[in-house]
Amino acid sequence: MNEFFHMGGYAFYVWTSYGLALLVLLANVLSPILLKKKLLSQLARREQRAGRS
Amino acid sequence: MLKFFHRMASPKYFYQFAGKLIPWLGVACLGFLLVGLYDGLVLAPTDYQQGDSYRIMFVHVPAAWMSMFIYIVMAGAGAIGLIWHIKLAEVIAISSAHIGASFTFLALVTGSIWGKPMWGAWWVWDARLTSELILLFLYLGVIALYNAVEDKRAAARATSILALVGVVNIPIIHYSVEWWNTLHQGPTVTKFGAPSITIDMLIPLLLMAVAFKLFYATVVLMRARCEILQRERNSGWVRELVRASQ
Repeated sequence: MNEFFHMGGYAFYVWTSYGLALLVLLANVLSPILLKKKLLSQLARREQRAGRS
Repeated sequence: MLKFFHRMASPKYFYQFAGKLIPWLGVACLGFLLVGLYDGLVLAPTDYQQGDSYRIMFVHVPAAWMSMFIYIVMAGAGAIGLIWHIKLAEVIAISSAHIGASFTFLALVTGSIWGKPMWGAWWVWDARLTSELILLFLYLGVIALYNAVEDKRAAARATSILALVGVVNIPIIHYSVEWWNTLHQGPTVTKFGAPSITIDMLIPLLLMAVAFKLFYATVVLMRARCEILQRERNSGWVRELVRASQ
């Protein structure tokens, strides 16, 4: 197991690359989810205002 | 079939259909990703020249392929939007730009991290690296131009033209390792004849490439849905959707 994480001495390079890849993938998933939430709440507030007037 | 495409081009149907498709694509992507990672990090043998550092390839190469693939999709969708004035094509084009930029960034950074132990330098101004950097600037230019123009339909027209002009860079990236004497290694998979890579390394590489493709399909639909909500915010069906979600 230790040998696996050691990556034949290239642990820093290999795991940094995979870590960055994970970050990029996560950012790509999270940003549309957050954006959709923001948009829907913005539009919901607008509907409420329209409903009152 | 034609009727299907016609309906799909309507933002409302696309929004609903994409919403149903996204979970399936996401699960398929996760499956390929997990198998690919296990195969690449655990099962694939250590390289006789590069040791275990070559395992960076399993994220670097798919990311680089995606950076070019997404650019072609973006420019193609942009062209369709320009010619037939299909709103949905414009939406796909701009949604692709953000994802493509992130994959280009990933390809450059992982390449740099791989270059340090193998070449002894984080960066060299070699043809492959430079043309890939230009690709990143093209993506950023497309995003900046789109955000700078207030009217989104005009913005889409302008960005599509920029994206189409930039297509010239794609063959330059692909053939850079053959046209110029580069430090970057030549192609081992995408060339005529048998790939000069052992099957034990090729399989995880292809698994990861499929996973990245499915990932792009998933997130481009997610982004496209947001873009549609924004553009269609005054239409009846979006207002109904918002009222229903309250």
